[in-house]
Amino acid sequence: MTQLDARVTAVLGGAERPAPASPVASSVAFGWRAMLKIKHVPEQLFDVTMFPVMFTLMFTYVFGGAIAGSPGEYLQYALPGILVQTVVFITMYTALTVNTDIEKGVFDRIRALPVWRPSMLVGALLGDSARYAMASTVVLTVGLLIGYRAPGGVLGVLAAVVLLVVFCFSLTWLWLIVGLKVRTPNAVMGTSMMVLFPLTFVSSVFAPPETMPGWLRAFVEVNPVTLLVEAARGLMNGNPDVGDVLGVLGLSVLLIAVFAPIAMRIFNRKN
Amino acid sequence: MTKETAELAIEAHGLVKSFGDNRAVDGVDLAIRAGGVYGVLGPNGAGKTTVIRMLATLLVPDGGSARVLGHDVVREAAEVRARVALTGQFASLDEDLSGLENLVLLARLYGYGRRAARVRARELLEAFDLAEAADRQVKTYSGGMRRRIDIAGSLVVRPDLMFLDEPTTGLDPRSRNQVWEIVRALVGAGTTILLTTQYLDEADQLADRIAVVDHGRVIAEGTSGELKASVGSGAVKVRVADPSDREAVAHLLAESLGAVPVLDADPASLSLRVDDPAQVAGALARVGEAGLRVSEYSLGQPSLDEVFLALTGHPVTDAAPDETEEVRA
Ligand SMILES: Nc1ncnc2c1ncn2[C@@H]1O[C@H](COP(=O)(O)OP(=O)(O)O)[C@@H](O)[C@H]1O
Ligand SMILES: [Mg+2]
Repeated sequence: MTQLDARVTAVLGGAERPAPASPVASSVAFGWRAMLKIKHVPEQLFDVTMFPVMFTLMFTYVFGGAIAGSPGEYLQYALPGILVQTVVFITMYTALTVNTDIEKGVFDRIRALPVWRPSMLVGALLGDSARYAMASTVVLTVGLLIGYRAPGGVLGVLAAVVLLVVFCFSLTWLWLIVGLKVRTPNAVMGTSMMVLFPLTFVSSVFAPPETMPGWLRAFVEVNPVTLLVEAARGLMNGNPDVGDVLGVLGLSVLLIAVFAPIAMRIFNRKN
Repeated sequence: MTKETAELAIEAHGLVKSFGDNRAVDGVDLAIRAGGVYGVLGPNGAGKTTVIRMLATLLVPDGGSARVLGHDVVREAAEVRARVALTGQFASLDEDLSGLENLVLLARLYGYGRRAARVRARELLEAFDLAEAADRQVKTYSGGMRRRIDIAGSLVVRPDLMFLDEPTTGLDPRSRNQVWEIVRALVGAGTTILLTTQYLDEADQLADRIAVVDHGRVIAEGTSGELKASVGSGAVKVRVADPSDREAVAHLLAESLGAVPVLDADPASLSLRVDDPAQVAGALARVGEAGLRVSEYSLGQPSLDEVFLALTGHPVTDAAPDETEEVRA
């Protein structure tokens, strides 16, 4: 075997010098990385698949009878909400991934490369969107197995999932900011739980707002998750509310318009 | 632009960077010629990483300016990034991915197609003795392997300038030698290297010129020979017969030579700067009179340790370990 320095010299000579990857190519490359992470860190997949299954079963059988008279009826009401809650919850993994990259120095290496810098974020978002779709599939499959039937049919369900993924993609920009700003991955977890628990539980995910006391209802009705849940429910139940759907799309545009520039700015100037 | 500035790989004027009210880099000037290894030597927290991050366009300076390979690091950051590579202080690859996957990702970002990226990644793994670990997650790699794959990741395309931030800190001697071999091969292939280190012997061995930094400032610059010469005529190195006498001997010699003793890692040896070699005989005689035994002594050029002590007033290893050496630094 030849000496290390001779081999290194040889391999340096052999380098072709292509033009650096285009923005699309680099975003795709980062998306590929996000997929590889699912392969190597199955825990992430476990979170993505087990929590929704647990939630669906738990809420249906533990609370279902009490809230709606029977688990079956409750499932019809709650499943769209559980779908929304599950996916909204996993948006925070984006913050965790970015934060870990910063901590490990991966972030620095990538920012020193001659590629379009945002592609790292766009790739991460693409990968995350794939995770959202996977989690949706799991919740829907479990729901189907225990008797959920969507009056809106396959098209209604698909439309709801697409709407949900669009919203979560937009919300992820906010998580990017958290990931860039918060010091450690543990702090990211803490912060996100504090935001996500009230946002998803104090909404119309598990019960109709009409059944709640006035002060709580006031919050539930302005909670964007309620809007998202109502829009998804409408689509899945076969009586889509155009106002709700447009509201969600408008909110998504607003989230991106406000948070994407801030995230990009922090990303570029990050020290 | 004059001919001389055109040949400079790195040119920095009055670089400043503060974190809160901590001036991490406090007016750094550098003029580094293309070719060879330039060493930046300083203790933990001196500001080495911060300087590198500004030069590699990762951090915008608060004051001053810098040109890297002729391009301004702020206004022409893209041009700089296209020609330099950075290997950070902490292995900066995705630990969850395998070594092969990491290199394929980097090759794709450098513009290789899907198939070509795999070929290039395999070549690099082969060259850096990592072929057998290609499919293992990087988190299972040893310190030396991590360093090698980290450097390999910077060499998908040969950079004109490479920043190596403390490439051997924490490595065993064998791995350190391997890194040195790689550095020499890179220089041979025409890459200019800016290397930071806390180890004086490393700067001495590898670097053509050295900047000594402390508290965010360059306190001395030159070849290692120049740095040693600037400190004084030389040093006396003493071995005591009985290590428990070292303190007393150090004390006596310090008194008669008027210099600060440097205690080596070897518990029986110490050294001191001497301005006038003629004083040494008298000083050693006093040690004998006090009933302490010296087993050997030698007069020679000062080591970089002594240089550092003379320049900063504190030895290299004395620098307080800094909490910001936490990974984010
Ligand atoms: N991101 C950061 N935020 C706050 N302080 C920092 C940061 N990076 C470095 N510092 C501070 O700047 C000083 C220089 O740090 P650094 O450049 O990492 O030194 P070195 O690489 O020589 O050990 C230290 O006092 C450190 O605490
Ligand atoms: Mg450092």
